[in-house]
Amino acid sequence: METALPVVFTALMALAMLLYVVLDGYDLGVGILLRGVPDADKDRMIASIGPFWDANETWLVLGVGLLLVAFPLAHGVILGALYLPVAAMLIGLILRGVAFDFRVKARAAHKPLWNGAFWAGSVLAAFSQGYMLGSYVLGFRDDAIGGAFSVAIGLALCAGYALLGAGWLVLKAEGELRQRALRWAYASLWLTGLGIAAVSVATPWVSPRIFEKWFALPQLLFLLPVPVLTALVFAATEGAIRRLRKGESRRDWIPFAGAILLFVLAFAGLAYSLFPYLVIDRITLWDAAAATGSLKIMLFGAAITLPMILLYTVYVYRVFWGRSAELSYE
Amino acid sequence: MSELDPALLARIQFAANISFHILFPTITIALGWFLLFFKLRYLRTGRQHWLDAYYFWVKVFALTFALGVVSGITMSFQFGTNWPGFMETVGNIAGPLLAYEVLTAFFLEASFLGIMLFGRKRVGERVHTLATVLVAGGTTLSAFWILALNSWMQTPVGFEMIDGVAHPTDWLAIIFNPSFPYRLMHMLLASGLTAAFLVAGLSAYRWLRRDRTPDVLAALRAGVVVAALLIPVQIFVGDLHGLNTLEHQPAKVAAMEGIWQDEKGAPILLFALPNEETRSNDYAIGIPKLASLILTHSLDGEIKGLDSFPNAHPPVAPVFWGFRVMVGTGLLMLAVSWWSAWRLRRHAEPTRWQARALLAMTFSGWLATLAGWYVTEIGRQPWLVTGVLRTVDAISATPAPIIGISLTAYLLLYVLLLSAYVSVLFYLARHRGKPDHKPAVAGLQEA
Ligand code: HDD
Ligand code: HEM
Ligand code: HEM
Repeated sequence: METALPVVFTALMALAMLLYVVLDGYDLGVGILLRGVPDADKDRMIASIGPFWDANETWLVLGVGLLLVAFPLAHGVILGALYLPVAAMLIGLILRGVAFDFRVKARAAHKPLWNGAFWAGSVLAAFSQGYMLGSYVLGFRDDAIGGAFSVAIGLALCAGYALLGAGWLVLKAEGELRQRALRWAYASLWLTGLGIAAVSVATPWVSPRIFEKWFALPQLLFLLPVPVLTALVFAATEGAIRRLRKGESRRDWIPFAGAILLFVLAFAGLAYSLFPYLVIDRITLWDAAAATGSLKIMLFGAAITLPMILLYTVYVYRVFWGRSAELSYE
Repeated sequence: MSELDPALLARIQFAANISFHILFPTITIALGWFLLFFKLRYLRTGRQHWLDAYYFWVKVFALTFALGVVSGITMSFQFGTNWPGFMETVGNIAGPLLAYEVLTAFFLEASFLGIMLFGRKRVGERVHTLATVLVAGGTTLSAFWILALNSWMQTPVGFEMIDGVAHPTDWLAIIFNPSFPYRLMHMLLASGLTAAFLVAGLSAYRWLRRDRTPDVLAALRAGVVVAALLIPVQIFVGDLHGLNTLEHQPAKVAAMEGIWQDEKGAPILLFALPNEETRSNDYAIGIPKLASLILTHSLDGEIKGLDSFPNAHPPVAPVFWGFRVMVGTGLLMLAVSWWSAWRLRRHAEPTRWQARALLAMTFSGWLATLAGWYVTEIGRQPWLVTGVLRTVDAISATPAPIIGISLTAYLLLYVLLLSAYVSVLFYLARHRGKPDHKPAVAGLQEA
């Protein structure tokens, strides 16, 4: 029990982070795609994420919260090392979140400004999240290679979020906008694929530790399914988007589902690369765990509330199911 | 000091972020219940103006809530970035309290907010009302948890120290620590007053601009009545709160009252400039014996002075003045709300002067709340957790320039957002909550 608890909490934290990346990923993605579309479509795009973005973002609070409360020692080290990108991400999230409300409540002349803030906030948040991930994976290496690697992952994550956002819009939008979303989905799928490939090559190359973990012989066989599945999902999604663009209308859930699967697979690969470290080569999850008594009382709370949270999240998504055309307080 | 002190910068940054954050929760916690009230009145009476009031204020709520959420997310990163020593020392206690807040409160309010704002047509009246209850309840519940933590930092109990790390021994004692009931009541009432004066003030603004429809008058009356009912309770609870503080944090009370030497029959100081050099007050004007009477219930009761806490008392002037600003605002609230309520008993509309006074008081709740928090938090110094952890020992090692960059960015952003928030509130009030631009998509009113 004593040694299993930190593992349980690592799993919970990973789950919260994965849910965050997928959920807030699609609404940040919609924000990233906001550039250069007609005003009516901007309204529609933002309407499609209106009821959800707030709860989506709460998964970040839970993920960081779990890091904070279950692994207090690692929390300080990680967030201290990522001080500026964290601040940049927070400023991005603030801009995005408030622009959401201001753009329709402020005077008309200011609306384009808030639309711009919405876009800029989404891009800044997505990019800094990717940047942090890159820096984290390399154990906060602060030379030129570390910087370049982090920037590359920042860009790749923007593409990945755009893919999620486009997939979401394919589900939610109609007519012209849906066509547009399919174009976006196609382009961002290729960019994402490129990003995943580049990161998969670069990571073992810059981190000997991860190289050993993947390319020693018995593991390699177990792990082979991850890249193979990724390639399959990529191909299937690519085909589906092409068919949808030609006018097939069924199965328009595939781009979104494919995007999610790509994220899950990338996440799994990453989790394998890192385990059991919370801070690469420095702090394992057992080193950093909080006292057993505190972990137990949190596990008790989480065991009761998480199922309820998942349940009412599903309920909220069902309430707003279907194509979203309008959004009004009435 | 030629070098910028990172500890000082980290503290300024934390204070700026939390001060910015608290502005919005103080409104949303109580405004949610106001919305529920408007909605229930509508369901009860079937009269349109209650629904109109609901729709106007739900826009204000949505905007305020968004600001509360995004500034709150900043807060949840702050502990790690600015106060690593805090979680290392008391993480076993602070952690579960924060976790319970996220699990029980944040998800509840954030998830049902979507239904409350945009789902009325989709889910029907009952479920929509239930969603409103859940959102309002969620905000209140989150106040419960965060105040449990903050109160514990003021009056820590129910734990033992092992190798310099706090370990919980009794969770009920930790949550219901000695100052918690007072602090929770005082804060919830503060939130009620802040929202009430906002509702009354913005409605008075609309009334002054000749927007005198029934929904404006209904909201105005609701705001005034709630304020008039809550303020005496707040003053009473504030007094109890002070007595409780005297018991547990006497140095803080000495700073609030500006008492340097142990004193029998201490006066209430109306004005003074506390002077840390001479360890006395300049230009003091006071009412004799009143402080002793209020705090000890005897004219000659003895109050411990700051000199009895050498090197362990907070900076005096901000605590002393913060306290006066809060109490002064509270007394003003009493005067304005009772004066207006008295008239509204007989008349449907306020007088012009009353409307002006209410308008001037629109953000008085913010002033009193911030002043109160400054008293509480600065009054706890030099401790971060009273008797357990000093503020200087919890500071992060982040270099000053880095904190400087992020602090500047935050401050700029906060000034921008705060002015945008206030001007949009008045803008909405001038336009009955409707923007002057047509939504680009028919039916797509507000997102
Ligand atoms: C007395 C009330 C109170 C106080 C003292 C604080 N908060 Fe707060 N907070 C709330 C009352 C609140 C709220 C009413 O629940 C908010 C405001 C609007 C909202 O959406 O929820 C909120 C939002 C909010 C959120 C976003 C939640 C979401 O996603 O829905 C976070 C992460 C925090 N807060 C974190 C903090 C931290 C770490 C604090 C302390 C240092 C803190 N808050 C002080
Ligand atoms: C919401 C209203 C709050 C306001 C306006 C507020 C304001 C402040 C201010 C002004 C300080 C600086 C005191 C000084 O350094 O002299 C401070 C300190 C601090 N407060 Fe709060 N606070 C609030 C709530 C909380 C809560 C709920 C917590 C924790 C759960 C908290 C934790 C701290 C910590 C860790 C410090 C130490 C940092 C420091 O001394 O600067 N505060 N707060
Ligand atoms: C007029 C009579 C009032 C009295 C006697 C009073 C008393 C107090 C005292 C003694 C404290 C500090 C407690 C401590 O830290 O140990 C405090 C804090 C505070 N006050 Fe007041 N107060 C009054 C009015 C108000 C009003 C009108 C508001 C807001 C609308 C307000 C909001 C607060 C807040 C937010 C705090 C910090 C949180 C807390 O410690 O509860 N107070 N008050």
